[in-house]
Amino acid sequence: MPKRDDINSVLVIGSGPIVIGQAAEFDYSGTQACRVLRAEGVRVILVNPNPATIMTDPGFADATYVEPITPEVIESIIVKEKPDAVLPTLGGQTALNAAIALHDAGILDKHGVELIGAKVDAIRKGEDRQLFKDLVIEAGADVARSHVATTLEQAKEFALDLGYPLVVRPSFTMGGLGSGFAYTEEDLVRIVTQGLHDSPTTEVLLEESILGWKEYELELMRDTADNTVVVCSIENVDPVGVHTGDSITVAPALTLTDREYQKLRDIGIDIIRAVGVDTGGCNIQFAVDPADGRVIVIEMNPRVSRSSALASKATGFPIAKIAAKLAIGYRLDEIPNDITKVTPASFEPTLDYVVVKVPRFAFEKFPAADPTLTTTMKSVGEAMAIGRNYTTALQKALRSLEKRGSSFHWGDESRSVDELLEEASVPTDGRIVLVQQALRKGASIEQAFEATKIDPWFLDQIVLINEVAERIAGADALDTDTLLLAKDHGFSDAQIGQLRGFGEADAREVRHILGVRPVFKTVDTCAGEFPALTPYHYSSYDLETEVAPSDRRKVVILGSGPNRIGQGVEFDYSCVHASFALSEAGYETIMINCNPETVSTDYDTSDRLYFEPLTLEDVLEVIHAESQSGELVGVVVQLGGQTALGLAKGLEAAGVPILGTTPDAIDLAEERGQFAAILDGAGLLAPRNGTATELAGAVQVAEQIGYPVLVRPSFVLGGRGMEIVYDTPSLVDYFARIEDQGIVGPTHPLLVDRFLDDAIEIDVDALYDGTELYVGGVMEHIEEAGIHSGDSSCTLPPVTLGRAEVDRVRTATRAIAEGVGVRGLLNVQFAVAAGVLYVLEANPRASRTVPFVSKALGIPLAKAASRIMVGDSIRDLVAEGLLPEVDGSRVPLDAPVAVKEAVLPFHRFRTREGIMVDSVLGPEMRSTGEVMGIDRDFPRAFAKSQLAAYGGMPLSGRVFVSVSDRDKRAIILPVLRMQQLGYDLVATEGTAEVLRRNGIGADVVLKYSEKEGEDATSVVELIHRGEIDVVVNTPSGRSARADGYEIRAAAVAADIPLFTTIAELSAAVASLDVNDGGFEVTSLQEYARRRAGEVAE
Amino acid sequence: MTETPTTVDEQAPAAAIDLTRAVLVLEDGTRYEGRAYGARGRTLGEAVFATGMTGYQETLTDPSYAGQIVLMTAPHIGNTGMNDEDMESARIWVAGFVVRDPSRVVSNFRSQRSLDDDLAAAGVVGISGIDTRAVTRHIRSLGAMRAGVFSGEEAHLSPGEQLDLVQSGEQMTGRNLSGAVSTGERYTLPATGERVGSVAVLDLGVKTSTLNYLAERGFDVHVLPQTVTVDDVLALEPDALFFSNGPGDPSASERHVELLRSALRAGLPYFGICFGNQLLGRALGFDTYKLPFGHRGINQPVLDRATGRVEITAHNHGFAVAAPTDAVSESSQGFGRVEVSHVDLNDDVVEGLNCLDIPAFSVQYHPESAAGPHDANYLFDRFRDMVIANRTTDDSQEAGK
Repeated sequence: MPKRDDINSVLVIGSGPIVIGQAAEFDYSGTQACRVLRAEGVRVILVNPNPATIMTDPGFADATYVEPITPEVIESIIVKEKPDAVLPTLGGQTALNAAIALHDAGILDKHGVELIGAKVDAIRKGEDRQLFKDLVIEAGADVARSHVATTLEQAKEFALDLGYPLVVRPSFTMGGLGSGFAYTEEDLVRIVTQGLHDSPTTEVLLEESILGWKEYELELMRDTADNTVVVCSIENVDPVGVHTGDSITVAPALTLTDREYQKLRDIGIDIIRAVGVDTGGCNIQFAVDPADGRVIVIEMNPRVSRSSALASKATGFPIAKIAAKLAIGYRLDEIPNDITKVTPASFEPTLDYVVVKVPRFAFEKFPAADPTLTTTMKSVGEAMAIGRNYTTALQKALRSLEKRGSSFHWGDESRSVDELLEEASVPTDGRIVLVQQALRKGASIEQAFEATKIDPWFLDQIVLINEVAERIAGADALDTDTLLLAKDHGFSDAQIGQLRGFGEADAREVRHILGVRPVFKTVDTCAGEFPALTPYHYSSYDLETEVAPSDRRKVVILGSGPNRIGQGVEFDYSCVHASFALSEAGYETIMINCNPETVSTDYDTSDRLYFEPLTLEDVLEVIHAESQSGELVGVVVQLGGQTALGLAKGLEAAGVPILGTTPDAIDLAEERGQFAAILDGAGLLAPRNGTATELAGAVQVAEQIGYPVLVRPSFVLGGRGMEIVYDTPSLVDYFARIEDQGIVGPTHPLLVDRFLDDAIEIDVDALYDGTELYVGGVMEHIEEAGIHSGDSSCTLPPVTLGRAEVDRVRTATRAIAEGVGVRGLLNVQFAVAAGVLYVLEANPRASRTVPFVSKALGIPLAKAASRIMVGDSIRDLVAEGLLPEVDGSRVPLDAPVAVKEAVLPFHRFRTREGIMVDSVLGPEMRSTGEVMGIDRDFPRAFAKSQLAAYGGMPLSGRVFVSVSDRDKRAIILPVLRMQQLGYDLVATEGTAEVLRRNGIGADVVLKYSEKEGEDATSVVELIHRGEIDVVVNTPSGRSARADGYEIRAAAVAADIPLFTTIAELSAAVASLDVNDGGFEVTSLQEYARRRAGEVAE
Repeated sequence: MTETPTTVDEQAPAAAIDLTRAVLVLEDGTRYEGRAYGARGRTLGEAVFATGMTGYQETLTDPSYAGQIVLMTAPHIGNTGMNDEDMESARIWVAGFVVRDPSRVVSNFRSQRSLDDDLAAAGVVGISGIDTRAVTRHIRSLGAMRAGVFSGEEAHLSPGEQLDLVQSGEQMTGRNLSGAVSTGERYTLPATGERVGSVAVLDLGVKTSTLNYLAERGFDVHVLPQTVTVDDVLALEPDALFFSNGPGDPSASERHVELLRSALRAGLPYFGICFGNQLLGRALGFDTYKLPFGHRGINQPVLDRATGRVEITAHNHGFAVAAPTDAVSESSQGFGRVEVSHVDLNDDVVEGLNCLDIPAFSVQYHPESAAGPHDANYLFDRFRDMVIANRTTDDSQEAGK
């Protein structure tokens, strides 16, 4: 059946903020869907409150609603836009749950809107554990023995039948949230209690353990004519027990015979049919008993998933794009294969290479968290690598992580085989390196298999890598044969250098002298059977290169690598924009990146895509290959975060032209002495500060400038290692903790700043072309200085700054841009304390807020920056119409207010004792994503941001208040207002006293530490029992935060609003008045029209 | 096996020569140097590539690959070893084997032997460690061609000598290989499903899976040597006739075509797979031709024109039937109307023939898969149903007499 003619407009639901388990991959899939639908002439309406995404660019939909994903808000959009259909299968679990809610509330029926992509029935069958189980059995497949429990007592009973260990999985949660292994009844109680809470249907599934089995995934697509294809098979190197998002995975499956693979395929097809997915894709996970091949179906997702994004990048088969076409009626055989252009999409890709994905974790951000990997996903990003064999793909993927110690190494290893195996028996971040060390020290494959249950084939590949390492180390000379052998197994120049006892640069020089260079192969979906017309390349030390010559002017854009806290999808946004802008300006754009979740690694985004690690070696080789024809104008390094920026010096040294701000200028901003000179010259102040490379120096600086001090390592993103230190013992403790992270040293000094208490923090994103400054936006933080800007909420335009202050900020920004020598983007952070403006730091690169600013004010900062980098002036860009005439420093009074709010992952992490990690905010960034609320004034915008971030404040209920002494003065007004609005108040004794003296009645409740005896009730128990609806708790200065911690942990576990700063509470209270009247929804396009109207007047 | 000119070194290697070397030489003079794999020595054949990511054991033991040097585009081969269950015939048939990264270990619960050992034992000369994608692209651009793999001492022949040997090899066009792969003796497999009748299978290189599926559908399966006559076939009084897959050029098998025509005239229901499709095509009066580089893989989209359904299918063919795909045509040999029932969506090649006036159909691809998806397995049901329907018709005609 061709395209349906009754669907002329579609509402696409996005996935909301980036959270663990639901990340940038849904921007990739949603963006594809929007592009496809528009290309098909469908009017696209989009709802997604995540400003950091490409999909929410006004250019990708006809009406873009950066609004919360709630049934009420979506109904408002439906009423306003009257779409023919809603497409929820490309926005992850969030969109699917929203679709079910819309259906259950009768909203779809009421407005005559059809759900496309997946029917409600199919969604339920896929997600409801029991329904799914029945259906799998009906399909003739096997399932783990299991029971559904709705109470803890039931769960205990079933556990007797199943025996320990057993698996607990809550229904309808994403990313495996709340699931885990129970080895004892104690574990069971803890996991089931939490699981029942997390599940929207208060259900958990208890299941027999299949720990240690082999795990596989299939990505399937099916159309209305029942044509079904398996796009990709994925094998988990880490066996069952580790969430697939946290596993090292490989595509295609490498340890299945055809008979076993076809069995999985048959079961998969039976299931997709039985579930009734008939216009889209699904992902099915299998466990296979390595001893006898018994197959168990673990789960299926009737939607585009993280794995389907990976599968799309791994195969060149764009699942989301095809899913969108199927949703509007096309059949698979009516859709052409993008890569070959001549063959249809109704086929199964075949690979002549191997793809390995490795997860990127952020345990360093949560030092108290238990780093054991379980069935609850904990990784925050991933890197993918393509190689002609597994060893190459694995080694490339590991070095793509850009994390110390993540690659295999052959240096000293003091641990014994037994110790290494013992450690490796628990899955953790970096286990693969432990296995490599164990095998290197003589562990047998059998021993390593016993410890890890990793398939012997994968273990032997590590043995092979170790053997090659020995050959490299033992060769008489580093000759061509040795180099070719090393390179054919993915060894980097750095590893080769290490094995030969010299540096990476020397290894590279030898290699280049011997002419050992990689060729670039093509991802073509068909293993070379048909010519590929899409230049999607990866490196290989093989014979024949497939890079087509081109006589165009080329620009290379370096992406930002795997997502991590502090460097996420925002940077990908900027890279993608640069690619679009430069392509429009006539350049051939060449993207290098290794993050499979992103839009930048969509082969549609740039003229050429190289899926390669972002290391100096790998980037230089791409540049070499592209330098064989045409003219390389230069490389864009300032948009890909610290990853790309970190390569600038090396590239420059190798003679590669860097576009925009020079590497020296980049250093200038980080180098304290020179930067201070620039500030001095401009008459600007910085907090008193100094630098140190070791503890003694740091103590000296701190005592000189006075505590509290803010310490942070230079050259890091996301406030890595950044803390407020109140005294010398804490500083000693700080050094002890960061010692082995290698983030402070002679070349990377620690910056020590006087910490400004009670300051307002301001963020500015601006463009500078050498003569003119163009402010993108001035953002005012809602939390006071000291909270990392990435975790802080902020408002644009600022709502409490006067014109004079904004003017001072603008002047200061200009002076810094000029002094540093910026060509392109600049982000400056200021603080205003007691009326004095301080410069906190300046970064001559794209910041995290670039997409937020672009959406809030309609200023395409990244596009403009990329044009400035290739030599255009701001004046040109204004004349051309790319930039609005008036910059973002002066926003008209009737312009909307946009609020950015951070989304934090605390509920994913527990300590080894099973308690939530502390959720207090600080100078080290820990948020994974953000949302934006936009409306006519600050309270409304703020309310929307809260609704989008965590569901918003309850409109009534019981509020618990406990604040530190320094906050007691500030607490009175907001708490009074809450009482007036009808909330009940409880407080700890000290806080209650202050409130009562101010005429606010509050019941006293015990602190956790005041509790005597098991039966006493402290606030922690009240929270656990669900008797508290909002928690206000600010940490008390330097002292241990034990009480506060227990309270915050309980609040996170109970998933209730938690305020750890008064500023945020005050904003929330201010927004309460506007909360109940429902929201007005306005698309970005409408805002743009209003702005244009203003200009015209 | 005389058709695959393989010689295997039997002497202990001379000390001075590097016996780990191997070279793949194509008839246009292109050379790819790599490492010796499998048996050492020299082999000549037609270089083709197969794109399946699973199923190397089924590929190796598929008689249709006789006379061919098979290159696997998937880099890792041998990971799951070899076992007795997945053999598609009693032995390995390929003339030579080209892989990028042979597995060093075997990991699978069903594995009984390693692939290396089986290749060496079967005397299959192979090569590893070459840029298999470059070779694939070369063959894709220039077409399947004669080739040779030279390893061990043979690798040290001069390039000129090696090329001469390759160019003196037999062309696949015009080559009849049925004699090399067919069973020497007739044998019978009893029906394993509810018995429907019996089928005479002309073994032109038949695969075990095909025989098993026929038996499962209720047929006693009489497997006949390719040398039988139509009288031999009819003497068995089978309910149907089946021509299997197999190697070689269908235009060099006129005797089998004649046999088929006689059987069809005798009213015997017919099902053919692969070579059996090409022979039906020729029997009906169509021509066959050599594809530039053939279809060899397990991901080919085939459209069943009757249902509009697309099935993902296993292919292994270098030749195809030239029949009009836009309309029903008339058999020039007097068998009535014929339609092209299936086409490959990648390149519109004829993938199936259906006779509208006689009980006969065939497909170019492999419904028995092995290796490959099971999407087309329903064709065995279609065959059984056709045989049953035909018998009912016969019975009613009998009754009417």
